[in-house]
Amino acid sequence: MKTYDTAQESLQGLLFDGMTIAAGGFGLCGIPELLIAAIRDAGTKNLTVASNNAGVDDFGLGILLHTRQIRKMISSYVGENAEFMRQYLAGELELEFNPQGTLAERMRAGGAGIPGFYTKTGVGTVIAEGKEHKEFDGETYILERGLIADLSIVKAWKADTSGNLVFRKTARNFNPPAATCGKICVAEVEEIVPLGSLDPDGIHLPGIYVHRIVQGQHEKRIEQRTVRRRA
Amino acid sequence: MAWDRNQMAARAARELQDGWYVNLGIGIPTLVSNYIPEGITVTLQSENGMLGMGPFPHDGEEDADLINAGKQTITELPQTAFFDSAQSFAMIRGGKIAMAILGAMEVSEKGDLANWMIPGKLVKGMGGAMDLVAGVGRVVVVMDHTNKAGESKVLKECILPLTGKRVVDRIITNLGVLDVVPGGLKIVECADGVRETELRAATEATIVE
Repeated sequence: MKTYDTAQESLQGLLFDGMTIAAGGFGLCGIPELLIAAIRDAGTKNLTVASNNAGVDDFGLGILLHTRQIRKMISSYVGENAEFMRQYLAGELELEFNPQGTLAERMRAGGAGIPGFYTKTGVGTVIAEGKEHKEFDGETYILERGLIADLSIVKAWKADTSGNLVFRKTARNFNPPAATCGKICVAEVEEIVPLGSLDPDGIHLPGIYVHRIVQGQHEKRIEQRTVRRRA
Repeated sequence: MAWDRNQMAARAARELQDGWYVNLGIGIPTLVSNYIPEGITVTLQSENGMLGMGPFPHDGEEDADLINAGKQTITELPQTAFFDSAQSFAMIRGGKIAMAILGAMEVSEKGDLANWMIPGKLVKGMGGAMDLVAGVGRVVVVMDHTNKAGESKVLKECILPLTGKRVVDRIITNLGVLDVVPGGLKIVECADGVRETELRAATEATIVE
């Protein structure tokens, strides 16, 4: 059985100090908020976390920065987190900036058995420094490595009991590539449904990538509530 | 006199062509969607995994699962498609997006763009900007011509760390429109009420005739 009753139980035996974790989510949208809280409670230290963003001060990955459990972040944008900026500028936190598409592709490639790929992104910038350059058809590309994590933590809308996942709207974002690049993937979902209730043609991530699932209540905080006036 | 934020956005909207898939950056570029000319249909891509981005929701209709790349709540349209971040950047890197309209801190006469960090001061990150400038068909930058100290942001060489080298096609500022051409920048037009001498004076980059 892949289903677990609590986020804490779903991480049993998977956490160790110094490990690398790939996390899904974009901003606060589609983040594995329950698993992040469970990692905080477990107290695992010296984490390297690959995630597009670092949450905000009191939610998402920000809570693991607050407890100093993260040693290094691999991210594309960390602008919403003042504590992150403070720790980084004080030299307390290591940061590896990856362009967003490069980070997504590193995860996808890592999960797909591709150890490296060439991309135009970042050529001529600090991102390219120290990386192999190669010309294809007159254009210069740099070599980026596939990323493999010890553990993936992701958030989906629905799972069936075999681990097939369906995401909702833009909460899909980094979750599928992050899920595939972990040696083990734990998914938290809003609802676990019986086998046969998801349309096989509508599965966004096949259960082969998902080893454990847990259902829970999600806060789903909105970062920038923006509305328009009614006409 | 010069263009304000909305007038710059309106001018940038005139760059759009019917049928294009377009990515709009954060800030003034987001305002471009308010000025899409009549008779032109464009599909907006949001790099967090959406094609066919709709307007902001009405109060009470916000959905935490439906945001744009600026993390703002938005809505979907009948043609909307959702996908993951790897797929999103596959279409960006793969050249399927016709144009990106982005903000900038500095632009050089060679089309170099700096818009992601100020060393020691501002550490936010490049987000998807490096992928966009490397991958899309055309890059249009919208920004103020000078900084708060009155110094030109349209330079011979960028001082800040680059987002991309030789990637910008057109620059739209509060003072006018310039194209990146061999040898420097070419003035396309001046903003309403701005004389060409003012535009030249505010530009450090080489202007070619």
